[in-house]
Amino acid sequence: MSSSVPAVGDRIVHKEFPPISRHRLALYCGASGDHNPIHVDIDFAKQAGFPDVFAHGMLVMGYLGQALTDAVSPSRIRSFSTRFAAITQLGAALTCEGTVTDLIEQGGEKRAKLALTTKDQNGEIKLAGEAIIAL
Amino acid sequence: MVDQSAVGRSFTPVTARVEPGRLRFFLDTLGETNPLYRGGAAAPVPPTYLFCLEMMDAAEPFEFLTALGIDLARVLHGEQRFDYHAPVVIGDTLTFRPRVTSVTEKKGGAMTLIVVETAVTNQAGIHVADTLRTIVVRNARPS
Repeated sequence: MSSSVPAVGDRIVHKEFPPISRHRLALYCGASGDHNPIHVDIDFAKQAGFPDVFAHGMLVMGYLGQALTDAVSPSRIRSFSTRFAAITQLGAALTCEGTVTDLIEQGGEKRAKLALTTKDQNGEIKLAGEAIIAL
Repeated sequence: MVDQSAVGRSFTPVTARVEPGRLRFFLDTLGETNPLYRGGAAAPVPPTYLFCLEMMDAAEPFEFLTALGIDLARVLHGEQRFDYHAPVVIGDTLTFRPRVTSVTEKKGGAMTLIVVETAVTNQAGIHVADTLRTIVVRNARPS
């Protein structure tokens, strides 16, 4: 990222992750401090009207962040945002991608805007996001 | 149902230290192998980790839900945003100050969107980040 300037349309983020297991969700509770039982307790999830537990949105955003910082040093990220478009079910194998949509001048530096997505193995969009990075 | 009177409410500030052991657990859970994050003192934190720090060290992680009378089983995460102003590294001690900045009803009252913005400062008083989360409350329909 430091040497070459990306062009609009370049896909600079791409990473695939293994299917999400119940064990992963249990670990993420402890790793994140988010102990909402809806992610690990099937009885609680059913009472709340869901067929099963489902992934923390922030676990999915964590994967997208990992894909992003494989491509861009964290120190260059100025903002990172996502909309949680759909619930991420157990077993989802996620693919995270990011494409340059704009090159801008902001805050006295050259920056790029990235459109980010996270999709499952069926191509359903789970997260739609944006990052602004310093070039 | 949460109404406009919630706007402007702030909650107990949370102070959290970026501890290497806890960070390693987070990295391992996400299968994160980037050596940058395992560089010891002054290593950066992953971009979403601020959200975790605030929850891990809060005396009541769901304080704002309780304070506003929202049932945990009815909430979904709608949006999340991070604006980074200065580096956050292992060993920092961060203070999070959350407040409600908007309440919006959707779909004729079937859903309420609550925006909580949190300013994050470090041990030197430097404003390192702002986070913004939108919580979707699925309201009970009249039966």
